[in-house]
Amino acid sequence: MPDKHVGQPLLRKEDPRLLAGQGRYLDDLGRDALAAAFVRSPVAHARITDIDVTDALDVEGLVAIYTYEDLPDRIAEPLPLLIPHPDLTHARTPHCLANGEVNHVGEAVVMVVATDRYLAEDAAERIRVAYRDLPPVVGVSQARAGDRLVHEDVPGNIAARSVQENGQGDAHSAIAAAPHKLTLDLEIERSASMPMEGKGVLAHWDADDRTLRVHSSTQTSTSVRLAVAAKLGLPPDRVEVVTPDVGGGFGVKIVHPWPEEILVPWAAMTLGRDVKWVEDRREHFISSAHERGQQQRIEVGFDDAGRLHGLSVEIWHDNGAYVPYGIIVPIVTSTQLLGPYKVGAYRVEFTSLYTNTVIVTPYRGAGRPQGVFAMERTMDAIAEYLGLDRLAVREANLIQPDEMPYDQGLVFQDGRPLIYDSGDYPTMMRMIRDLVGWDGFEAEREAAAGQGRRIGIGVAAYVEGTGMGPYEGAHVKVETTGEIVVSTGLTTQGQGHYTTLAQIAADVLGVAVADVTVITGDTRRFKYAVGTFASRAIVTSGNAVAVAAAKVAEKAKRIAAAALGDGIAPEDLELGDGVVRRKDDPGSFIDLQTVAVLSNPLRYAFDEAAKAATQFAAAANTGDEPGLEATGFYMPERSTFAAGAHGVVVETDPETADIKILRYCVVHDCGVVVNPRIVEGQVHGGVAQGVGGALYERIVYDDAGQLVNASYMDFLIPFSTEVPHIETAHMVTASGVNPLGLKGAGEAGVIPTSAAVASAVEDAERGRGATEQGLAIRRMPISPSELYELRKGRVHA
Amino acid sequence: MTEQLHQVTLTVNGVTRRGAVPARRLLADFLRRDLALTGTHLGCEHGVCGACTVLLDGVPVRSCLLFAVSADGHEVTTVEGCCQTSGDLGPVQQAFLECHGLQCGFCTPGFITTITAYLEENPKPTEEEAREAIGGNLCRCTGYQNIVAAVLRAAELKREREAPHA
Repeated sequence: MPDKHVGQPLLRKEDPRLLAGQGRYLDDLGRDALAAAFVRSPVAHARITDIDVTDALDVEGLVAIYTYEDLPDRIAEPLPLLIPHPDLTHARTPHCLANGEVNHVGEAVVMVVATDRYLAEDAAERIRVAYRDLPPVVGVSQARAGDRLVHEDVPGNIAARSVQENGQGDAHSAIAAAPHKLTLDLEIERSASMPMEGKGVLAHWDADDRTLRVHSSTQTSTSVRLAVAAKLGLPPDRVEVVTPDVGGGFGVKIVHPWPEEILVPWAAMTLGRDVKWVEDRREHFISSAHERGQQQRIEVGFDDAGRLHGLSVEIWHDNGAYVPYGIIVPIVTSTQLLGPYKVGAYRVEFTSLYTNTVIVTPYRGAGRPQGVFAMERTMDAIAEYLGLDRLAVREANLIQPDEMPYDQGLVFQDGRPLIYDSGDYPTMMRMIRDLVGWDGFEAEREAAAGQGRRIGIGVAAYVEGTGMGPYEGAHVKVETTGEIVVSTGLTTQGQGHYTTLAQIAADVLGVAVADVTVITGDTRRFKYAVGTFASRAIVTSGNAVAVAAAKVAEKAKRIAAAALGDGIAPEDLELGDGVVRRKDDPGSFIDLQTVAVLSNPLRYAFDEAAKAATQFAAAANTGDEPGLEATGFYMPERSTFAAGAHGVVVETDPETADIKILRYCVVHDCGVVVNPRIVEGQVHGGVAQGVGGALYERIVYDDAGQLVNASYMDFLIPFSTEVPHIETAHMVTASGVNPLGLKGAGEAGVIPTSAAVASAVEDAERGRGATEQGLAIRRMPISPSELYELRKGRVHA
Repeated sequence: MTEQLHQVTLTVNGVTRRGAVPARRLLADFLRRDLALTGTHLGCEHGVCGACTVLLDGVPVRSCLLFAVSADGHEVTTVEGCCQTSGDLGPVQQAFLECHGLQCGFCTPGFITTITAYLEENPKPTEEEAREAIGGNLCRCTGYQNIVAAVLRAAELKREREAPHA
């Protein structure tokens, strides 16, 4: 057993079960439950004039049909606005079932419950809904025009308008006074989280006990619990929410309560039967959340060295039909846009706009990929304008290590000041320079050109606020079997928490990781949590586990000291190798398991071990509460800031404009690493999604608001043949914000990918000599057809 | 409207299983619901993602695109059947464990079955061949790099396990 488990690339404890087909995902549960299916709007914007269910009534196995009219008071009200903000002046949230109007294709209109899913869908397709079309608003440009309205009482389709300045003077004056100025108009298209498992809900109502148990494929079981209790008018104490194995989240499952998370439990209570709904893939495309879609205008003023004097950014953010998750995404874009740079006077203004499309809520990266795209395109444009090296321009603007902690002068998404806790960006940039072979690239380019090939190199850097509050907690218990059980309220969707949280607990308690069992996302086991999103789980829950485990360790020492007698004090003892032992005499020890037995003074000896704790035995009386267990919480004062830089080499086909990634390099700093194997995996997965977002994935709506590529056949998630081999290098600047020095790693890989690929493609298309201009990439993703079109616009001398 | 039921008899993971199913019941739903073999997962239900891949007479098929009645009389292997008879992990599963070839685990069963069949065909793939071999299955978590490594490791483990004892 290594001295410390934290830092070791241990194999994952959860894997044998998942690999053997013994995972328990939502649809693996509730085999005998009734099945729900939904009639969803086929049009983007319309009034509902009639719902006729007559034909559906003949379907054998039909149990119930519900429309908006059937919903009782609180369930009939709009769903909550989860994250209010003073700038969100015109918040509109959806109803569980459409209340007379639909605002996007896929909005739920009718709920059908039947004895199985096939029959529920039979009934659903027999229900006739009549619509009177309203003009749809599709895309940012149409929303900005404001001549068509999504919500008739929201002028200009504007949900929110927000301005932040960094306190370093007026940005427009600084830009005007700078030696050089540039303006860039940029656009990022829609994409989506697309976990392989969609959403799903199973509800069980115990009428005798008046308790509701809900299973949901969610990223936050504790908050679903409170939301369900509030909507159904139940005391929270009567509602438990359990998150089973979850087949990926990537942000979409942090939104809650989804209409189905209210309707399915309500139907179960109403019918007195278990009810289950499992989202199919088309439903996921047209009714779960999307992200990314933005237009941006950037004005920048800079000097001869490429140093920024002022930066002004305007963002038009497509928030879809409703804003149940508030304006977190554009807040993140506008604050994290700054990356590792000092930009002089900064002003950012965003306008969050309604469109008749699926709601927009955080998808891995959560607004950062757009912000990094803006900043890094700007860096490249400055370098191009001045004829300077692109890395040199970036290096001229970096925040230096001795300036840490660095206050960016803005308010972050957690409402706290945007203060970078630590980081060494110059080293990070040197590392990516070396890893990707920046300095030797011109020779490679020449050699490739000699063979008639076009290759290019690009780089992009980011800073990511991670590990935000308000808090996470954990309960740690040493069972009388010797097993350690760690329960935390946050959920897990593949991040390896069963392993990493066990590593942290094992180190504090001096036991083997194999002896630690981790439980997540089950409100029966731990009721207080926020959720797994924003690269926060290991930071917040990891530190909470350490706090709780330390309390257990102290208690174990007190009990062991009393049991060992002989004048030994708790501070004379230490935990290690599964025992509590004397520091000065390791041969004198007591098993942690025995301490657990002694921690619970007994009257009755129900087994052999229990005898030691009975009242006529020499039990260790320390005055502690029974049980070798403790609860601990960690409440960060503010976020931690991870960082990284990506370098990429691409080849563009001179004829077909096909874009191929030849090399993909990552330098990554997430502070102290709990499990390097898992962090590496997170980076790989993020980059793959980034590559998708850069070259393949886009959600395509036509002018009528139909989502025309709502299948995996047409929405191009990369297969293994599209994702390059990823080369990684890690650096560690420990966070000073939390005791373990952790920063989050979950989202990192996806953040700068579009920016880095754009940089590399533009470089590959660089003009050759005086006869050919380069071209400017201002919009991502980029397909071969789009590159081909860009080439056609290139002016040849 | 009562649906007519059809008798089907399949050999699933070496065991004869019988059922009475409507003609439209997908093989995936038959395995998951009627036989309680929930290791086979449905990711898209239109044959693209590959999470539902099972082996039909040793050949990978999408169980979301096949009716249970079409599999009547055939042999089906699911991820549960890729374990050793002892219940321990089979070579492909073991390789995924060692190489961190899974995160959320939802797509994993389809990879396990696909790779199990592939290694019968090509016991010693190159890295490029390994990447190509998994090119029909989607994973949203891993970026595939560790799955490629797992294919190579699985081939090694399989050779070790199948090598005649000296």
